[in-house]
Amino acid sequence: MADGAREAWITGIGIVSCLGEGADAHWLKLSEAKPSADTTTFAPYIVHPLAPINFDLQIPKKGDQRQMENWQRIGTYAAGLALDSAGVKGKTEVLSHMDMIVAAGGGERDLSVDSTILSGMPRAANPAGFLNERLMSDLRPTLFLAQLSNLLAGNISIVHGVTSSSRTFMGEESAGLDAVRIALSRIGAGQSDIALVGGAHNGERPDLIMLYEFAGLMLKDKFAPVWERVPGGFALGSLGAFLVIEAREHAEARGAKALARLASVVSDRRRRQPGNVTASLEGLWDKVKDRVDGKRAAVISGATGANPATAEERAFLAAHGELAVRATGTYLGHGLEPQFPMNLALATVALQHGSLFPPCDSTGLEKPMSGPLAQVVVTGVGHWRGEGLALVEKAG
Amino acid sequence: MAPTKDKMGRPIVVVTGVGVVTSLGAGKADNWAKLTSGVSGIHAITRFPTDGLKTRIAGSVDFLGQPDCTAALSEQLADLAAEEAIAQSGIGKAGDFPGPLFLAVPPIEMEWPHRLAVGARSGSNDTVTYSDLLRASDQFPAYHDRFLFGSVADHIAERFGTRGSPISLSTACASGASAIQLGVEAIRRGDTDAALCIGTDGSVNPEAVIRFSLLSALSTSNDNPQKAARPFSKNRDGFVMAEGAGALVLESYDAARARGATILGVVEGCGEKTDAFHRTRSSPDGKPIIACIRNALEDAGLTPDDIDYVNAHGTSTPENDKMEYLGCSTVFGERISKLPISSNKSMIGHTLSAAGAIEAVFTVLTLQNQRMPPTVNYDVPDPAIPLDVVPNTARDATLKHAISNSFGFGGQNVSLVVGVEPA
Repeated sequence: MADGAREAWITGIGIVSCLGEGADAHWLKLSEAKPSADTTTFAPYIVHPLAPINFDLQIPKKGDQRQMENWQRIGTYAAGLALDSAGVKGKTEVLSHMDMIVAAGGGERDLSVDSTILSGMPRAANPAGFLNERLMSDLRPTLFLAQLSNLLAGNISIVHGVTSSSRTFMGEESAGLDAVRIALSRIGAGQSDIALVGGAHNGERPDLIMLYEFAGLMLKDKFAPVWERVPGGFALGSLGAFLVIEAREHAEARGAKALARLASVVSDRRRRQPGNVTASLEGLWDKVKDRVDGKRAAVISGATGANPATAEERAFLAAHGELAVRATGTYLGHGLEPQFPMNLALATVALQHGSLFPPCDSTGLEKPMSGPLAQVVVTGVGHWRGEGLALVEKAG
Repeated sequence: MAPTKDKMGRPIVVVTGVGVVTSLGAGKADNWAKLTSGVSGIHAITRFPTDGLKTRIAGSVDFLGQPDCTAALSEQLADLAAEEAIAQSGIGKAGDFPGPLFLAVPPIEMEWPHRLAVGARSGSNDTVTYSDLLRASDQFPAYHDRFLFGSVADHIAERFGTRGSPISLSTACASGASAIQLGVEAIRRGDTDAALCIGTDGSVNPEAVIRFSLLSALSTSNDNPQKAARPFSKNRDGFVMAEGAGALVLESYDAARARGATILGVVEGCGEKTDAFHRTRSSPDGKPIIACIRNALEDAGLTPDDIDYVNAHGTSTPENDKMEYLGCSTVFGERISKLPISSNKSMIGHTLSAAGAIEAVFTVLTLQNQRMPPTVNYDVPDPAIPLDVVPNTARDATLKHAISNSFGFGGQNVSLVVGVEPA
């Protein structure tokens, strides 16, 4: 936050994942310290599937649900939870000046259409003609809208009526970091009063597993907590996370309470060479460290489990061993774009409870923390690019 | 000396470099010459066989060779436009641009040649499923980087040495304008003195054409490609997909003056307003479009009467052009019949994620040259939307302030107000 910037509060959170929906479900599961994952559906690849969700509760029209693929349903649902949490659901006056930044990937493939083409095209007399014909007749006309990155935001506007600005950032983990960073900068500078920021990810997709398996990044065969993984890898997670971030004066004027204060979000991008993730995190840490009270602060890490990024983040965290560390990827899996907003939301939940959930790591990096919690440093290190930190504080 | 803060006390944001590539050619000289001569870049698609397609034309950029994929071509186009813009502005040093990158880019995805290559390597003789592809995926390590959403911006950031985390963004057909808006906001906040804003799109591939075709959005005037894009005409029948890139170097007026840069124009205001009516259609009352244009005017501290020219979104779809008329006629009132409004898309087609940036570049050139490019193919005016579309022939005029509109699927509306350097 620049000098003289307006204070920003987190006044609403909406989260869904394999742990369930909402703050309480997540807190309960994190407190139990018993992570679980699905090792069979996509074996040998491990995923964290979405807990059962009744989408009708936030997306009442079946017609709207039909126009979406799952990543959009998850996001639209989580956005609705966030608006409920902030007490602005259905309040047209607020929603019409609410800005939105969505961090999104995109398009779920129609697996059966793809398989038909992959199987038939190599044998077709006129392969290009075959491709055109199959796509023209087999693709659902509206599938494109369910694939387009900016149509998660579009669906949130339609279903929930968020109608000031609508911007979609792409680019894996960095998209989530920068969505929150820019939303906060705009609020701090008076360019925006209230913003809905977040994203969604459907990890139960073979096409995405393939994208990351091109680089051999998926966790295979046996589940292990993030820091224990050898040689490393991530388990994709299905999750959605949205935050309502608001200028303090705007929140006070409408009588809203702070769940937490969002004090700072910083991000960077370094070419990935050995040591660069650690160096990048050190550079970002320098921007927030003077405001961190080591006795009452902890780190919620977005470490993916994939190396070398996670190993370098571990080196950085070990060098700042006075702070207790928790990697939520152990529980949630890795959701790329929404991972950072999700961890900001979980930091907010922990600050509301005034304590940190227990460790889940046999390597010794995650240490117990018994004292009161007043600040959380959230890390986000992209599996391939992008590094970021946020400082979230107990409000009041 | 003119003030360097605007009426709201914010740093004035100026344009010191522009670059552009379209189907008309590479570079602003070539593009501007053709654009003001009414030349069309639309042609039959030759990049891939079009057997069985309803639409077989596009404004694809074919002079850079056969592209490997949308991501690769989008990157190449953005590189060319950025290189031209940075060279013109003279900012920074080679590979060291002193500000962030805001890149409007189509959503990146794996394409058919690549999927088929993995399928072939899987060794499956019969039905090929994703399980088969997964067996062979470790043989294609380069596909990981290539098909990440952030890869194009990452490579451009690396090449031009932009600062911090590059932003890849999509607001559908308004993306290019959103990239500029993000740059303007960053400079106004004082986060940076300069920003590199690019819109790029190289997505003329079979599945992309078919997707728009299935939504009945494309012109099917295949027999006369150069006449296919007919914005504001009664017989308009859809947009023509096209490719290209536009890049702008934005700077605070203070910083630009301090280094003696030539000021090409001023981004005076940005407006946006989301439409919650429908995924692909505008609210029939036009309110979001009206609010978008008004927000841009208000942000610029101007009134409708101050605007001398409108660079239309003007896609040539029945829906867009009607709604843009409703929006403009409401905002500008009776003046709309005399206010020149032309559509670059009549010549370059709809460059999708790049359109807002390319058309902002052309708007800057329009002001610089005091010459308005025409709307070509305006042979059958639509009496329901009576406009001065600068029909068929470029026209000179005295221009101080122009507005460029961009509207997209998902309720995305962005308008930019561009002006000449303050006296």
